[in-house]
Amino acid sequence: MLKIDNLHVKLEEEDKQILKGLSLEVPNGQVHAIMGPNGSGKSTLSYVLSGRDGYEVTEGSATLEGADLLDMDPEERAAAGLFLAFQYPVEIPGVGNMTFLRTAVNAQRKARGEEEMSSGEFLKVVRAKAKDLKIDADMLKRPVNVGFSGGEKKRNEILQMAMLEPRMCIMDETDSGLDVDAMRLVSDGVNALRNENRSFLVITHYQRLLNHIQPDVVHIMSNGRIVKSGGPELALQVEEEGYGDLLAEAG
Amino acid sequence: MSETAVKPKEVTPQARTASKASDALDARLAALSLPTGGFTAAARREALTRLRDMGLPGPRDEYWRYTDPRPFNAVSPKTLEFDPEAADSPLFTDLDRLTLVFVDGVFDAASSDDLALDGITIETLANADANAEHWAADLYGSLEAAGQSPVRRPFAALNTVAARDGVLIHVTGKPGKPVHIIHRRADEAADVHWHHVIRVETGAELTLLETGMTGARANGVVEADLARGAKLHLISSKRADHQAVGLSHIFARVDAEAQFKSFALSVNGTVMRNEGIIDIIGDDAVAHIAAAALGDGHVGAFHHDDTVFVTHRAERCESRQVFKKVLKNGATGVFQGKILVKPGAQKTDGYQISQALLLDEASQFLAKPELEIYADDVKCSHGSTTGAIDETALFYLRSRGVPYERAIVFLVLSFLADALEEIEDEVLREQINDRLEAWLTLRAKQ
Repeated sequence: MLKIDNLHVKLEEEDKQILKGLSLEVPNGQVHAIMGPNGSGKSTLSYVLSGRDGYEVTEGSATLEGADLLDMDPEERAAAGLFLAFQYPVEIPGVGNMTFLRTAVNAQRKARGEEEMSSGEFLKVVRAKAKDLKIDADMLKRPVNVGFSGGEKKRNEILQMAMLEPRMCIMDETDSGLDVDAMRLVSDGVNALRNENRSFLVITHYQRLLNHIQPDVVHIMSNGRIVKSGGPELALQVEEEGYGDLLAEAG
Repeated sequence: MSETAVKPKEVTPQARTASKASDALDARLAALSLPTGGFTAAARREALTRLRDMGLPGPRDEYWRYTDPRPFNAVSPKTLEFDPEAADSPLFTDLDRLTLVFVDGVFDAASSDDLALDGITIETLANADANAEHWAADLYGSLEAAGQSPVRRPFAALNTVAARDGVLIHVTGKPGKPVHIIHRRADEAADVHWHHVIRVETGAELTLLETGMTGARANGVVEADLARGAKLHLISSKRADHQAVGLSHIFARVDAEAQFKSFALSVNGTVMRNEGIIDIIGDDAVAHIAAAALGDGHVGAFHHDDTVFVTHRAERCESRQVFKKVLKNGATGVFQGKILVKPGAQKTDGYQISQALLLDEASQFLAKPELEIYADDVKCSHGSTTGAIDETALFYLRSRGVPYERAIVFLVLSFLADALEEIEDEVLREQINDRLEAWLTLRAKQ
């Protein structure tokens, strides 16, 4: 379970408070969505949980299965089971997708004291998973995200997720830059990865992604904290009415 | 009887400096065992005249503004201390190739392959020089002499004077495998000069690989003459040990529709300077010169200088200069690159990029990119950047579980990718990449 309690976070460079007492629990096996207007702190939350530099936690805690996330380096958080699907996945020329992925898989296994995957085994697994996600074998041979379309980059994120098998997946505005077909492919990939041990935190602006990835709980975020939580109908309400009334109601 | 006082002749400061410089050059030459006779004798005499005229460079010479020439001017090299870590790891060993081994710059026949190969004639300079006449007689020292203008390159002339060995390669066909020169070091105080002459005839092709460590102080020259439609690829990987100093000059003359491509990988070395002087003389020719250098000041006062001069004299030709340096722990990188487009060299496509990745604030990169254009229908561009590790990319890798040190290795390889892309052959490129990765991984652990 991901448990965030009274999290206060400051942007170091600008000395600006972004998260102001955010609390949230995502039990195992559930999909939670976070919606909110621009500047409410959604991406900051994803970065702070995954350990990006530049943010200072001034108060509060975040744990995954009881382990203190905030005390770990990004790679330790990954090995502990956290995965962040980037809004804009980074292009890394000169580094093969397969080399990167195999390094990541084995580094996590090593960190957890598990046996590393042999190249043969890795190749077999990655090919099978890529096929399920309709990822062309040629994409695996190319450098990480280089020359990929927006949809291909997001599918590559899902492939990484499938290979790394995290317990907690944060998806930072995965729908941005995707057309309808790409969104369906990505959503199908996410749905295929849903199980009783894996949770998702889906950050999105729009309800349309949630048509494909049905959330258990929807949270509305504003000004650095969760102001309202409810069922999937909350996302529909946002789609129809915008945030105005909801935020006014929440005070 | 009156006496006429004889005043002592006045010595001007300029004359005093010239005299000192001449003494220094004499001392430098006297310390070398210079070859005599043979078909190179005339070329060596002319080179000596050029050298005496130029003298050794000083720190105030514009062309040596960023690199102190004194380690190359000194009478003798500093003796190296044995460094087991500097042992060269093998490269290209699983390729089908013809190998030539040089020990301290001298050909070692016992360790080399038989030199016979279809489409190519290979001789060593030391063996062939006894001939009164030789095909290389017209070339030995001639491209070096031509390359002395507009910039003086005295160490190249010194090499022409002093080199006792090297290879003479005449390519008339398309040999089925690359030629691989392997340098080995035996003497910790060797002052090594080697000089290669390569002539690639019309439509012929050669890939020449060069790896390994030479002496405590190395000075190498390659003179490459490409006829119409010829192709020459030079790929070198120099792993100088941390105390060695080294110089190299590649002089290439590229005729119509020919392709000259070179790539050099350098890791470590106290002071290294690689010069590339490319003269494009025929229409529709291509010349690419690229390099990747990695230096860690922690293991030696790393200073790496790439100095390139590309002259376009013909129409519709393309040149590319791609130079990348990764610098750490107070290492210094230098790039001086010029594209000179002569009048009439219309439709020239000249490109030059030099970039440094500084892994800390103690390291520095000094760049002097230049364009000089005398034709009005050309496309020439140059750029130079100095940067640090991309924090977003670093976070991306770490967020997938890749440890910090390993993520840095990936990002350095990524930074160098453009330069490695200049290696046309995929197998060779992968082998160079693997070697780089191994070196970076080793350094990351230290």
